[in-house]
Amino acid sequence: MSTISTTMTEPSQWELQANHPSERVPLVLGDNDFTTVTDTVTELALRRTPPMWYVAMAISLSLLSVLLVTITYLLVTGVGVWGNNNTVSWGFPIVNFVFWVGIGHAGTLISAILFLLRQNWRTGINRFAEAMTIFAVVCAGLFPGIHVGRIWYAYWLAPYPNELAMWPQARSPLLWDVFAVSTYATVSLLFWYMGMIPDLATLRDRSTTRIKQLAYGVFALGWNGSNRHWLRFEKAYLLLAALATPLVLSVHSVVSFDFATSQVPGWHTTIFPPYFVAGAVFGGFAMVLVLSIPAREWFGLKDLITHRHIENMAKVMLGTGMIVAYAYSVEFFTAWYSQHHYEQFVFMNRPLGPYWWAFWLMVFCNVIAPQALWSTWVRKRVWIIFAIAILVNVGMWFERFVIVVTSLHRDYLPSSWAMFSPTWVDLFMLLGSFGLFFTLFLLFCRFLPMVAMAEVKTVMPQAHGDHPPTRFDYQPSPDTPEELRRGHWFT
Amino acid sequence: MTDKQPYALIAEFDSVSAVMHAAEQVRDEGYMIWDVHSPMPIHGINQAMGLRPTILPWITLAHGVVGAVFGLGLTWWMNATTVPGLSPSVQGYEFLISGKPTFSLPANIPIIFETTILFAAIGTLLGMLGLNKLPMLHNPLAKSERFLRATADRLFIVISAKDEHFDSETTHQFLQRLSPLSIEVVMED
Repeated sequence: MSTISTTMTEPSQWELQANHPSERVPLVLGDNDFTTVTDTVTELALRRTPPMWYVAMAISLSLLSVLLVTITYLLVTGVGVWGNNNTVSWGFPIVNFVFWVGIGHAGTLISAILFLLRQNWRTGINRFAEAMTIFAVVCAGLFPGIHVGRIWYAYWLAPYPNELAMWPQARSPLLWDVFAVSTYATVSLLFWYMGMIPDLATLRDRSTTRIKQLAYGVFALGWNGSNRHWLRFEKAYLLLAALATPLVLSVHSVVSFDFATSQVPGWHTTIFPPYFVAGAVFGGFAMVLVLSIPAREWFGLKDLITHRHIENMAKVMLGTGMIVAYAYSVEFFTAWYSQHHYEQFVFMNRPLGPYWWAFWLMVFCNVIAPQALWSTWVRKRVWIIFAIAILVNVGMWFERFVIVVTSLHRDYLPSSWAMFSPTWVDLFMLLGSFGLFFTLFLLFCRFLPMVAMAEVKTVMPQAHGDHPPTRFDYQPSPDTPEELRRGHWFT
Repeated sequence: MTDKQPYALIAEFDSVSAVMHAAEQVRDEGYMIWDVHSPMPIHGINQAMGLRPTILPWITLAHGVVGAVFGLGLTWWMNATTVPGLSPSVQGYEFLISGKPTFSLPANIPIIFETTILFAAIGTLLGMLGLNKLPMLHNPLAKSERFLRATADRLFIVISAKDEHFDSETTHQFLQRLSPLSIEVVMED
C-alpha cells in the first residue's frame, strides 16, 4: 500500500507543472541547485549506504556464486552438461548471448543517439544506462567464450600471427561478431569512463579520507573543471557519440547476421538486422526501467530521475515494442509470400508446434503487455511500468529462444528432428548471469557517481545565467578588438 | 614561506551570468594565461573567454583513417595473401570457401567498419586527454579549500602569475571590480 501511495503523490507534483500546455516539466524537480545535486549524488558514494543495498548485494553475490560453480562444472566436465544436442546445437548459451548483448543497446542509445538528437532528459539516466550496457556486454561476452567448450583456446578468435600458420576467416559473420562485440565493449567503456571523469573529480574533491581521495583521484586524472578542458571534453563527447551511434546499430545487425547469413529457414531473412536492433532497444529500455525504478526509490534520486524520465522511457519501450510486433507479423507474411515450403513449415511450427507455449509467451510479453502503456493512467503508475518492463525482459529472452530453438529443432530431414530441453546447468547458468550483472551494477551504484552530475547541472536553469538557453546567447561587444574575439589559443 | 612566489589569483563566483560577464572583462583586459573553472561546461563561455575551436576532430579523423586502412590490410593479409619465402607464422592463409574469391570487399566491410570506429574512439579519448595535458599529476590550486568547490557548485576565474599582465596588486584590484564572492592568492608549491 505504501508503494501505491508514493506513486499516487508523484504525479500530483508532476501534473501541477504539466498542466500548462506550453510548459514542460523541468528535468530536475524540487528545490535543487548545484549544491544539492552534488550532495545527493555524492552522498551515496561517500557516506551513506542504504540498507537495501546490503540485501540486494547478498542476493546478487549468491547468484554470482551459482554462475561460478556452474562454469567450473562445465569446464571440468565438458559441454555435454548442457542440453545442446546434434540438432539444436545452439541452445541456451547463444540465446543468453543474444539476450544480454541486446540489453546493452539501450545504454548506448540513451548516451549517444539521444545526445545527438538533443534529448536533454537523457542526462538523468545516461550514466546508469551506460553502466548497464557495459555490465550486459560482460555477461554477453561470457557465453560465446564458454560455448567454445575449451575456453583455454578462446584466444584463437583473435587474429594474431601464430605457429599454426592459421588466421581467422574474415568473411564469416562469426568473426564479424568477434570484432563487433569487442569494439562495442571497448567503445562503451571509453565513453562511460570519459563521461565520468568530471564526476570522479567531484568525488575526489569531496572525499574525506586519504584512501578515497587517492582512489577517485587516480581515475579523475587531475580534472579541475577548467573551461579550456571542458571545450575539448565536450567536443570529444560529441565525437564519441557520433562514433557510437553507427556502432550500436552495427552490433546487433552483426549479431543478426550470425543467423541471417545461414540457410536455416526462419533465420535466412533480410528483416533480421533492423528487427534485432529494434528488439535490442526494446529489451534494453525495459532493463533500464527495471533498474532505475527501484534505484531512484532506494537511493533518494526522485528529483533527478523524475517521473518524466520514467514516462519517456516507457514511451520509447512502447514505440520499439510496436516495431518488434510489426517485425513478427512481417516474418509470417514473408514466409507465406515466399511460397517456400520449409519457410512456411517453420512459421506454422512456431505458434502451433511443440514450442507453441514459448511463442505465445513471447507474443503476450512483447506485443500485448506493452499496449497498456498507451494509457496515461498506466504511465503515471511507476510500479505498473516496472511490471511491464519485467514482462518485456522475459519476452525478449523467449524471443531469442524461439528464434534459436524452433528453427533448429525441426530442420529439413524429419529423421534428425529432436526436442531441446535445458539441463539444470543451463538454467542455473542463466540465473547466475543475472547475479554477475546485478553484482557489477550494485558495486557501480555504491562506489561511482550514479547520476552524471556535470551533465544534469547543464540542464538546470542555473546553468544558463540570465539568458534564455540558446546556442547563440553570447554576443561579443562591438568594441572588443577582433583578435581578442577570435581568441589567442589554438586549442 | 616568504620566499614562495604567487602561483595564481583566484576569484570565486556563484552564478553563471556573473562569471560570464567577468570572463569577458578578463579577456578584454588582455590576459592570456587564465581560465574559468566550473562544475559543468558553460555555453557561450568559449566566446566570452576568446577560445578557438579545438583540432580534436582532425585527430579523430586521422585515427579513423588509420583504423580503416588497418582493417582493410588485416582482412586482405589474413585471407588473401601468400608471400613466397615469408615465415609461416606471419604468412596469410588463403581460405577457399565454396570457390569464392579470397578477398571480396563487401564481405570484409563489417570488420573494416569496426576497426575504423575502434581506432577513432581510442584516438578521440587519448587526443582529448593529450590536448588537455591530462593526467595532471599535481596542481597548486588543489591547496585551496575554496577551489575544491570548482567541481561541485562554485565557479572560479584563475589568473596565472605567469601572465605578462599579472601584477599582485593591480590584478587583485581588477578582480575586485568584477565583484566576486572572494579572492584568494594561491602560492607556488
